[in-house]
Amino acid sequence: MRYVLRKVALFIITLWAAVTLNFVLPRLMPGSPVDAALGKLASAGVPITNAERSAIEVQLGEPHASPFIQYWDYLKNITTLRFGTSYSFPTQTVAQTIGKALPWTLVLVGVTTIVAFVIGTLLGVYAGWHRGRAADTSITVGATFFGAFPPFWLGLLLLYLAAFKYGWFPIKGGFSAGSTPNWSPSFLSDAFQHSVLPAVTLGITTLSGWVFGMRNNMINTLGEDYVTFAEANGLRTRTIALLYAARNALLPNVTAFGLILGGVVGGSVLVEGVFSYPGVGGLLFTAVSNHDYPLMQALFLAFTLSMLVAIFVVDLFYVRLDPRVRSAS
Amino acid sequence: MTILTAVPPPEAPGTAAPVPTGTAQAIPGPLRFIGRALRTLWSNGKARTGIIVLGLIIVVAIFAPLLAPHSPSATSFTPYKGPSGTNLLGTTGNGQDVFSQLIYGSRISLIVGVLAGAAATFVAVTLGLITGYRPGVVDEVLGFITNLVLVIPGIPLMIILAAYLQGRSVWTIVLVVAFTSWATGARVIRSQTSTLRTREFVTSAVFSGERLLRVVFREILPNMTSLVAASFFAAATAAVLAEASLEFLGLGNPATVSWGTILYAAQQQNALLTGQWAMVLAPGLAIVLLMVSFTLINFGVDALSNPRLREK
Amino acid sequence: MALLEARGVNVAYEPNRGQRIWSVRDVDVVLEQGEFVGLVGESGCGKTTLGYALTRMLPPPARLTGGSIVFDGVDIASLSGEQLRRQRRNGFALVLQSGMNALNPVRSIGKQFGDVLKAHARPGDDVSGEGIRRRGAELLESVRLDGGVLSRFPHELSGGMRQRVSIALALALQPRMIVFDEPTTALDVIVQQAVIQTIKDLQAERGFTAVLISHDLGVVLEATDRVMVMYAGRIVEDQPARVMAHGRHHPYTEALLSCYGDPRADVVEIGGIPGSPPDLSQPNRGCSFAPRCPVAEDICRSADPPLSALAPGRAACHVRARAGQVEMEASHAG
Repeated sequence: MRYVLRKVALFIITLWAAVTLNFVLPRLMPGSPVDAALGKLASAGVPITNAERSAIEVQLGEPHASPFIQYWDYLKNITTLRFGTSYSFPTQTVAQTIGKALPWTLVLVGVTTIVAFVIGTLLGVYAGWHRGRAADTSITVGATFFGAFPPFWLGLLLLYLAAFKYGWFPIKGGFSAGSTPNWSPSFLSDAFQHSVLPAVTLGITTLSGWVFGMRNNMINTLGEDYVTFAEANGLRTRTIALLYAARNALLPNVTAFGLILGGVVGGSVLVEGVFSYPGVGGLLFTAVSNHDYPLMQALFLAFTLSMLVAIFVVDLFYVRLDPRVRSAS
Repeated sequence: MTILTAVPPPEAPGTAAPVPTGTAQAIPGPLRFIGRALRTLWSNGKARTGIIVLGLIIVVAIFAPLLAPHSPSATSFTPYKGPSGTNLLGTTGNGQDVFSQLIYGSRISLIVGVLAGAAATFVAVTLGLITGYRPGVVDEVLGFITNLVLVIPGIPLMIILAAYLQGRSVWTIVLVVAFTSWATGARVIRSQTSTLRTREFVTSAVFSGERLLRVVFREILPNMTSLVAASFFAAATAAVLAEASLEFLGLGNPATVSWGTILYAAQQQNALLTGQWAMVLAPGLAIVLLMVSFTLINFGVDALSNPRLREK
Repeated sequence: MALLEARGVNVAYEPNRGQRIWSVRDVDVVLEQGEFVGLVGESGCGKTTLGYALTRMLPPPARLTGGSIVFDGVDIASLSGEQLRRQRRNGFALVLQSGMNALNPVRSIGKQFGDVLKAHARPGDDVSGEGIRRRGAELLESVRLDGGVLSRFPHELSGGMRQRVSIALALALQPRMIVFDEPTTALDVIVQQAVIQTIKDLQAERGFTAVLISHDLGVVLEATDRVMVMYAGRIVEDQPARVMAHGRHHPYTEALLSCYGDPRADVVEIGGIPGSPPDLSQPNRGCSFAPRCPVAEDICRSADPPLSALAPGRAACHVRARAGQVEMEASHAG
């Protein structure tokens, strides 16, 4: 199918572009990140071996080699997942550090996004259908207000109220200090408890994106001829609202999924920082504080790759939703 | 149907546009337009609230020296105190008055929000017009770049850029925020431009020999003013949040006072644990209010351009 | 009893606060069962608004501000919600202007038939999958479409096919009156002809009252028995179709007719109507057509002409009414 092939091609090309951007960025910045990096490592007490030096140079820019050789080396390293050693966690490779943190973020963001999408879409449908009336105004104003909450601020508030003051939820981390991650039910329930506040924070702040998108789409869809015709034919209100209006209003939201997901991922960085949650967002926090360039670079790739994969999956799902893309154009 | 008036066909059943009277106008065109826009915005309840709140914040920012009881950077108070008579919102860990900081902080947050929003919108409009108007290689390449920037999550990109730039000034923040926020607006403006490009009034302008720049600025852009305004307010909202986030993460200049840096200090000093809840609550609420005011105004702008969204 | 009696219909439309546009002013319409009526006029004259008002489909911000609409003895102007919805079965139906967009793009045609049939199902109706398929195929056949269309999606059909599907869906309600809003405007001439013919045949077979709204006087004259001409929200003429092409008529009607050139003439002359339609947000003084009328007199500018007899129908024109009076008196005297 042309549509699917196009999406695959887009995925590959965009991935390549992101990887290249990651290569280009540090080399465009003023100053020499290599020296800064080496300085950092030295002050952390890590011995600078030649291997270490050349690894950093490959990452951030050898002053002598031609850009093409650098690029080639860089690509080779990327595909074999060799990102070097992080300054913040000198005992592991960057790949390992990220590998441990990624699942936490994926679960947190994944579950939160799905739940926020469902609730946000339903609220948007309801608001759009009852446009202009009290239900719509309260939903819209509520979504505007809560959507403007900086994720880290809401996190701080919830942390203070629900964790510190009332002790309903744990204060920090992904799991209780001292325990090691495993699949036992007790650990899972512990992890779950630790994830509630971050998830609620993230969910509330990203809900508004879905609500508004869906509400606007609903309002535009309700003006379409097929909704008028359905009403003229005396279809039941619920049929029109769900199967004629909402079903069509959903489509632009799905295509915009990628955009909103970007906001969720960004929010997760802030939220994980506040709750000291062991995901990649928190890692970015740490990396920035420590000027940990290898980690930052690898994280950038991790974020972008996850987004691209998610968008790709949603694009494939779109085919099921819109019969117009199924037939060859 | 008569061919004498160039009135576009009515959209709703049974409406006919009033015949233009053609009398000379005393007030110049653009001012009249702004006046009309403001009046329409004012008639929308949500936009009116937004305008009032934004107005208040602007007033506070302008008159900060008169309104703040103390200097924001003076470390003359007892640190770590909660709200009291002299310090309405308590003091920081360095003994500074939070209330004064809050008032002065409005300046940075407002300036960064507006500037970054304007810069992002400017880039978005320029790129959007170019790519929407001339389909071809340039359009494809720029369009691809736009989509690429859209896909990359904004905040992580901003964080990384700010970290690389190693600068610690407000301008770094404005630059970084603008650099990452133009893409959404560009895409929207691009699609609107390409829709307008195929409309008759553009075709007739091109046929009558108008040059490219004139067509773009005289025919297309005026039809997109609400879209541009909406993009600006959306970008400004995002910019305020982005600036606060970057400051919170310590990527801003800790010496400047903005709502984000207050929160950064609060986090560093564990304000919640030391009982300085106001230090956390106030700046956050201020950020929320500023963002909400932009968004509310945007509701009005939306209603301007899309009659279906108007309140009854 | 007439099938539809509408008296004093007024529709106002408020695009912004404080601005009011009268789309339909003081219109009376009486339709008998089985009539085929055309409603003709230029864009903005209110014909579509009137059609929507008569089928209770006025979209906000347009509002019915006055008058009564009685359909088969039931005052439908005061109905709303579920009661109004029920009236649509075996009652009045509306087929939209753009067959293009009148069908839900994400649902197959068969499912859309199912939606309509199930929405009005009464005990004893067969609304199983099989029953719907059968009924759907029947209806499609009556509009000259193959039953296979049921499994297609709207974007897979041509404009003419979509228009026919819309008609078939409306027929599913077994209506006694159907308003067709510009059914041929978006179609090319050949398909137009076919669709009009289909509508005529259906009307003759099933005997529903049909209202054909169009700006194309030619189409209306061909298809309908009776023509109503609208201008600036008023009905200005109401005649049997067969007399429209000849004789004296309301000046606006005559001007409309003159817009059609005879393609077989050596020199094709096309008339036009100078000026533009009036501003409907202003209350009118006198006849709305007076500024553009070639025979306007002083009384036309001060008094709004009522619909008065202009044999064999009616027209709202002072000048024509007076001439008609003189003729009548002359024929009585002679």
